[in-house]
Amino acid sequence: MAKSLESEHPIKAYGYAAHDTTGTFSPVTFSRRVTGEKDVRFKVLYCGVCHSDLHYAKNEWGVTTYPVIPGHEIVGVVTEVGSKVEKFKVGDKVGVGCLVGSCRSCESCSSDCEQFCPTQTLTYGVPNFDGTQAYGGYSDHMISDEHFVLRWPENLPLDSGAPLLCAGITTYSPLRYFGLDKPGMKVGVVGLGGLGHVAVKMAKAFGADVTVFSTTAAKKQEAIEGLKADHFINSRDEEEMKAAASTLDGIIDTVSGNHPIVPLLGALKPNGKLVLLGAPEKPVELAAFALILGRKIVAGSAIGGLKETQEMLDFSAKHGITADIELIPIDYVNTAMDRLLKSDVRYRFVIDVANSLKAE
Amino acid sequence: MAKSPESEHPIKAYGYASRDTSGVLSPLTFSRRATGEKDVRFKVLYCGICHSDLHFVKNEWGMTTYPVIPGHEIVGVVTEVGSKVDNFKVGDNVGVGCLVGSCKSCQSCTNDLENYCSKQILTYGFPYYDGTLTYGGYSDHMVADEHFILRWPKNLPLDSGSPLLCAGITTYSPLRHFGLDKPGLKVGVVGLGGLGHVAVKFAKAFGAEVTVFSTTPAKKQEALDGLKADHFIVSKDPEQMQSAAGSLDGIIDTVSATHPIAPLLSVLKPDGKLVLVGAPEKPLEIAAFSLIMGRKIVTGSAIGGLKETQEMLDFAAEHGITADIELIPIDYVNTAMERVLKSDVRYRFVIDVANSLKAP
Repeated sequence: MAKSLESEHPIKAYGYAAHDTTGTFSPVTFSRRVTGEKDVRFKVLYCGVCHSDLHYAKNEWGVTTYPVIPGHEIVGVVTEVGSKVEKFKVGDKVGVGCLVGSCRSCESCSSDCEQFCPTQTLTYGVPNFDGTQAYGGYSDHMISDEHFVLRWPENLPLDSGAPLLCAGITTYSPLRYFGLDKPGMKVGVVGLGGLGHVAVKMAKAFGADVTVFSTTAAKKQEAIEGLKADHFINSRDEEEMKAAASTLDGIIDTVSGNHPIVPLLGALKPNGKLVLLGAPEKPVELAAFALILGRKIVAGSAIGGLKETQEMLDFSAKHGITADIELIPIDYVNTAMDRLLKSDVRYRFVIDVANSLKAE
Repeated sequence: MAKSPESEHPIKAYGYASRDTSGVLSPLTFSRRATGEKDVRFKVLYCGICHSDLHFVKNEWGMTTYPVIPGHEIVGVVTEVGSKVDNFKVGDNVGVGCLVGSCKSCQSCTNDLENYCSKQILTYGFPYYDGTLTYGGYSDHMVADEHFILRWPKNLPLDSGSPLLCAGITTYSPLRHFGLDKPGLKVGVVGLGGLGHVAVKFAKAFGAEVTVFSTTPAKKQEALDGLKADHFIVSKDPEQMQSAAGSLDGIIDTVSATHPIAPLLSVLKPDGKLVLVGAPEKPLEIAAFSLIMGRKIVTGSAIGGLKETQEMLDFAAEHGITADIELIPIDYVNTAMERVLKSDVRYRFVIDVANSLKAP
């Protein structure tokens, strides 16, 4: 007989969970494993709200096992370490992102690309390969294998830095991998939301000339003055898109709503790269010629490996990059989800977990 | 008043042209310019038939001006050189591929990528610098700017080497550019026709382990015994495709008929590349997730620059790579076109121009 949430593991925990496809959150008492020899246990201070949390809570990708406790932009302070833990001690500030496990032996794991491991364990929502559920950061504390715990840089704010653990690595990684991190490169960012605004900050820190593409003309001021983007283009304006033809080395496309990508390909120089980070529901359509004439690339990217995530955090600390956040108490989370659906946030909600999540 | 093809230029020429969308070719007397100071004039010995020739004579791409004399896999012997020509002399064997002009000053041209110049001039059917239309290699002689003339390597056969000028560079270039030219890499080739069979030969010469994907089970023996491919997969067989899941570093897709690419993406390893060199008529549909999961790339490639084309010819000569051809007299060309349409050729027709094209 399956154990209940509360009795599954020896250590009591509490958090906020969604129990069905309405995606409505409510308090829940559950349990976590004891601290194994390689584990790091930490009290959750902050947790960012990622749009993926919303998709999962409503089972929009068809992979959710309820109840789901989301949250994979988790920052906290270490309360206990296992006997074989080397890199962390009690009192350290740490983070956990989207992964809490991988096989550690395949080609991908061996090349620090745990995000490609076929037997990876996500931080929440999908059963582990050992059958137990993984619960995320909308909770009082987390436990994770040392390998998947990030060291929090000294001068990186804990609250506004939390979203970097997903949004940050998801945009940093393709800028590096696709060679868009050289000063003077002309980089486009499509969509100005949680991912997009961080992509602009990362690209600017790399020295790029950044063009923001948005369907919301009203975002121009925030893009140019707030985020220091160099140009702003209304992607629905044909003339503006035409003027940008063949100008960009690469484009980071963060938009998950359905949208045409052929005009974006037109904005690329020969050998330019369009990197999809958002996953529109409908397949994207493109004529092969749009790629052939100009040897253009369409690619995708998802988070990054642990080594690169640490590198990204250190880079962000060095360059003063944080997310623009709205700090909320955990009992605001359902309203936050409604607002997120309407893109009514500049640009990430972060849950003030330690100060608002009370034990039952 | 526009001059006729015969009177347009001072030097008489003759060839085979298509005059309407039926695509039927028949003898035409026309004319070519006098040998300019940077020009190389040569008698055509052989000309390969590329499927593009067929698309063009039927105006399938909507850009044909009739009469059109196709042919962009042209090999011949120099009969005259301009006063400022440095690299060629009378009697040299030379080739001309798909380009006879470009702007020579843009970023692409400066980087030896004339094939991505927005002002490139195609060997046939395109306005030349002087506004007159270019005529291709189904003709008695050619004249071209020295920059666009290839030196024919000593030990490369003239007849079976001629298809390398399009099919060769089109497959060699992406194997090099996308890093699929390292020994031991696992490379797929989709389609076993003019492009595909040359792609297999180049990939093998680079030391790759080659998998051929085809919808025609009967091609297995030719793939494995004839072309020395390592594996053969019937792409419509889900089990065979499943067995290859996540196994390839890259795929060169030569098929121009509409076909699903999602199964090909699933055969790629993480960071794998699908390169389209055929141009299906209908737009492709790609689910963004299939790129995001595994950071996969879809891209295209078109011929190559002149420097790389020369490099490819020298490489082919060194490794004994030629096309598998059926040599035909020029008056067989209409039958040949019909057979190309049915893929009834192993694998390229080459016109024995010098021995079969007679002055009118």
